[in-house]
Amino acid sequence: MQSIDQLIEGSLKGEKLSTSRLISLVERGNKHAPYVLEKIFPHSGEAYYIGVTGPPGAGKSTAVDRLIARLCKNNFSVGVIAVDPSSPFTGGALLGDRVRMHVKHDKMDVFIRSMGSDRVMGGLSRTTKEASRILDASGKQVIIVETVGVGQSELDIAEATDTVIVILTPESGDSIQIMKAGLMEIADIFVVNKADRPGAKDISLSIQGMLDRSLRKRDWTPPIFLTTASLNKGIDELYEGIWSHSRYLQQDSMLEKRRRTQFKLELRNRIESEFSHILWQDIIEEKNIDNLVQEIWARKIDPQNAARRIMGELIEELPGWLQRGG
Amino acid sequence: MDRKIKVVIAKLGLDIHWRGVYLVAQYLKEAGMDVVYLGNKFPAEIVEAAIEEDADVVGLSSLCGNHLALGPMVVDMLKEKGLNNVKVFLGGVIPLDHAKRLEGIYGIHRVYLPETPMQTIVDEISESVRDAA
Repeated sequence: MQSIDQLIEGSLKGEKLSTSRLISLVERGNKHAPYVLEKIFPHSGEAYYIGVTGPPGAGKSTAVDRLIARLCKNNFSVGVIAVDPSSPFTGGALLGDRVRMHVKHDKMDVFIRSMGSDRVMGGLSRTTKEASRILDASGKQVIIVETVGVGQSELDIAEATDTVIVILTPESGDSIQIMKAGLMEIADIFVVNKADRPGAKDISLSIQGMLDRSLRKRDWTPPIFLTTASLNKGIDELYEGIWSHSRYLQQDSMLEKRRRTQFKLELRNRIESEFSHILWQDIIEEKNIDNLVQEIWARKIDPQNAARRIMGELIEELPGWLQRGG
Repeated sequence: MDRKIKVVIAKLGLDIHWRGVYLVAQYLKEAGMDVVYLGNKFPAEIVEAAIEEDADVVGLSSLCGNHLALGPMVVDMLKEKGLNNVKVFLGGVIPLDHAKRLEGIYGIHRVYLPETPMQTIVDEISESVRDAA
């Protein structure tokens, strides 16, 4: 077994096996994970991050496969994190994104990693960002993050990538679906895939109409590309579209602003999750919760006020907790 | 064994039979494993996937008679790439004497013939990973 430092050194030199092991350590929350991140993070930040999201079966993996080939044709090295859903019951996952991917490893510089979403609801897993940074630090120039098949409100991808591609199909719904908030608002680029099917033009017109009516002030209007990824149609245009969005972000240090905002959100989320971890591990006792449930069941108190009562008591006790070191 | 087991599973070469491999993949998922399903892949691609996914186990499905030609190749290439801990399991329609040779000199960890109970596959995969840890 190689030491952690050897793995880190190997990964930074681009060794696949070391990179792969590091991702596992971080994904599994190994005790060395914080050390790995500490060492890797300063070497990340060079890559360009592309997010691919959309409903199940829209053709995300197939489009990613074609994008990989297109990027490699221009001599980019590519890292891919493909997330698929984990079972909330068993924790297991069937990770099927690689079925659509046909990389020629002797000709292309590509690293693909599948991850289970691990009961996280935002479309990514708890450690997707960390894994993509490990690929970034290992020297990959473009990172593609593919979400689980999403519905309307899994928007984590917008906080993890530079260009978000939302992939829809002609069957993705009528104008009402297109007008709804959420997923449709995070796209930097729209793709209507399976555009050889009837209705592709209609849905792209609906998207165009939705964008025209939007009051959000924006200098970048998301373009809409019609593709048939399985036949490699429209991929060149999509590829150019990604880089024109990238060029747009280069102006007025917009990329920097976007990434700074993302770090801020990530930091807040991490603080919250650290805090809630401590809260449930060390502070709140299960039996207090059970007692309150009893009161709620008897309709003596409602859940919202019960939570306030607990928090009120905690805040009084908090100085003591902090003095004892948590 | 507190961590999740990661299995890379593929139909070997050009074998088109899918029902067996789907069933096994689904059972392993139900058993709480992360199952990376590759579809049809040749040994070099399977080994590449095992590297990138940091697989504990590689599962191969073969019902078209290519098991002796391609199965051992996967084992050899894994070793070549330094994945000495990855166990290879193979299932399908395999003549008994071939199965013995695959488990013997060819280094396949276990060969499963038709009518192997699913629970046996789940248990033996879990066991093999626990032993390697």
